[in-house]
Amino acid sequence: MKETMSQVVVRDRSVSLLMYARVIFALLGRDLAVLKKTAAFFVIRVIMQPFLFVFVFTYVFPKIGQGVGGGGSKEVEFSTLLVAGVVGISIIFQAIQAVALPLVQEFGFTKEIEDRALAPMPAWGLAVEKILSGAIQAIFAGIVVFPIVLFVPATAVHLQINWILLITLVPLAAIVSGTLGLTIGTWIPPTQVPLIFAIIVLPITFLGAVYYPWASLTPIPWLKDIVLVNPLVYINEGLRAALTTGVPHMNMTYVYIALLVFTILLGAVSIKGLQKRVVG
Amino acid sequence: MRLFVSIISTRAETVYCICIVETSDPVAKLAVKAVKLTKTYGSKVAVDELDMEVKSGEIFGLLGPNGAGKTTTGGMITTRVLPTSGQVYVGGVDVVKHPAEAKLEIGVVPQSNTLDRSLNVIQNLYFHGRYFGMSRKQSKQVALDLLERFKLADRQSLPVSALSGGMAQRLMVARAIMHTPAVLVLDEPTSGLDPQSRLALWDILQELNSDGQSVLLTTHNMEEADGLCDRIAIMDHGKILALGSSAELKRDLGGTSSLVMKVSGDVRQLIQKLMVEISTDSMTKIVPSDDGLKIVGHDVAQLISIAVTSAEALSLKVYDLSLVEPSLETVFINLTGRELRD
Ligand SMILES: Nc1ncnc2c1ncn2[C@@H]1O[C@H](COP(=O)(O)OP(=O)(O)O)[C@@H](O)[C@H]1O
Ligand SMILES: [Mg+2]
Repeated sequence: MKETMSQVVVRDRSVSLLMYARVIFALLGRDLAVLKKTAAFFVIRVIMQPFLFVFVFTYVFPKIGQGVGGGGSKEVEFSTLLVAGVVGISIIFQAIQAVALPLVQEFGFTKEIEDRALAPMPAWGLAVEKILSGAIQAIFAGIVVFPIVLFVPATAVHLQINWILLITLVPLAAIVSGTLGLTIGTWIPPTQVPLIFAIIVLPITFLGAVYYPWASLTPIPWLKDIVLVNPLVYINEGLRAALTTGVPHMNMTYVYIALLVFTILLGAVSIKGLQKRVVG
Repeated sequence: MRLFVSIISTRAETVYCICIVETSDPVAKLAVKAVKLTKTYGSKVAVDELDMEVKSGEIFGLLGPNGAGKTTTGGMITTRVLPTSGQVYVGGVDVVKHPAEAKLEIGVVPQSNTLDRSLNVIQNLYFHGRYFGMSRKQSKQVALDLLERFKLADRQSLPVSALSGGMAQRLMVARAIMHTPAVLVLDEPTSGLDPQSRLALWDILQELNSDGQSVLLTTHNMEEADGLCDRIAIMDHGKILALGSSAELKRDLGGTSSLVMKVSGDVRQLIQKLMVEISTDSMTKIVPSDDGLKIVGHDVAQLISIAVTSAEALSLKVYDLSLVEPSLETVFINLTGRELRD
């Protein structure tokens, strides 16, 4: 009996990481199946926000002669400058929505997360899966912005793409956003989550260097400092560097370091939050 | 010596082995073992140094009133509640040290409906199989087989919200056993069900058990414990107060049984006759009661025919006869001084 016990454990341990990866893969398959079922809603959800953003700021405003972000003479620059911000806001908004909102139900009354929490892996595996799932949807949301900015603005958008920055930053931004979504979804009581959208998500998106480079906040030094706790600032600064030239942006080293620190910090906090939720 | 065939099933393969085991072997494989298992919430001790063993192949019942600690115990066995102290093993795996490995050995049917509402009926099974390492093809096949077996095949494409309570419960049982766990743990599985669905679920559990599935269920329903469980642990205030088969518990702790007989005519004469007929010892008493008499003792059922013939011999008319046997209810009352029902 003793031998059998240890044999069982040893066998499973030796394959554990591979096993966990397979479980995570299967869980992602489940999320994808759910997404496929609601594909139409997903597409609307993903398109609506960037479309309205781009439509109002880069089509309506120039047409009615309202200049935004640097004055009427610079509309071209503004529509170009805004692209990075819209990509960033779509990524973070979508990830939070994709991760935090379903958890309201799954952790709440129905406890339907339970079957997934009982899948053969530790609780952190489920956290990793949720973050990845949110990140994948967020990347999709980010990509969708590009065809929109190609067709909607009244004045042409001129992007100067630095592919290396773009290809590294988009997934990193998506993962940071996923951890943020999971942090919200696991630490905030399910009934309070809608409130959290007002208290956390709106400030993050409005004060996330979406419409202007962070450097242009210099006239308001206190605000310039405070917004540094906002991960969206780094995402947008990085994306602006990846998509435009001639617009000031934060030193890229700081951008990467900040995003990595946010990933580790929020990742740890959200894993802890999920563990607390699934193991009483 | 006893010869038996045991089927050791892992996710990857099924091994048939013929084992020769000493019947007295104390370590016949245990489905669940808990050692001094304890859970406290603040100053509240929900489960108090509980020792428990579920043998492989048995249906084990935790019977107790609301708040006894049944759900918490089940939670600790199934990785969902972290013990404050003590150990718990499932299929030989330490649940606290190796939760991921332990989950392979655990099938859970929680008290509430936890089906994945974003998926339809068959997808609930299919993805469960995928989480447990089955290939797409294998998972689909096993899901179809299970739906057939649990009489849900015609509803496979429905959303789970379209299932009745009984069907949802069957689907949860199917999901729980899909990965061939060492133990199936059910928390008050029939508490929300109509009588018919309850009977159907008992049938299912018995059938699974006869195929070798070890089962641990919690219940506050005596009938369920009585009819379904090989062994019952009576639980209150986080502790197991008594353990045994239903018959053992009733025999040892159920107190006396009584035979109540109502007759018309001279009861005293009958009592005297019965005193002679039945060699009454200190354990069996005959006392007069309204319109008749009452025989109190152990195993008074065997006295029915003597009592009736004696009455007839005296030309007394017996117009009512009832036997009150010990029940798990009386066992619980004897143990706690309280009633089980709330
Ligand atoms: N999460 C919790 N926090 C605080 N107390 C709890 C918690 N879960 C259970 N309890 C308490 O522990 C005791 C046992 O509860 P439980 O295991 O649910 O009993 P049962 O399932 O037998 O009704 C009860 O007194 C209950 O109030
Ligand atoms: Mg309970």
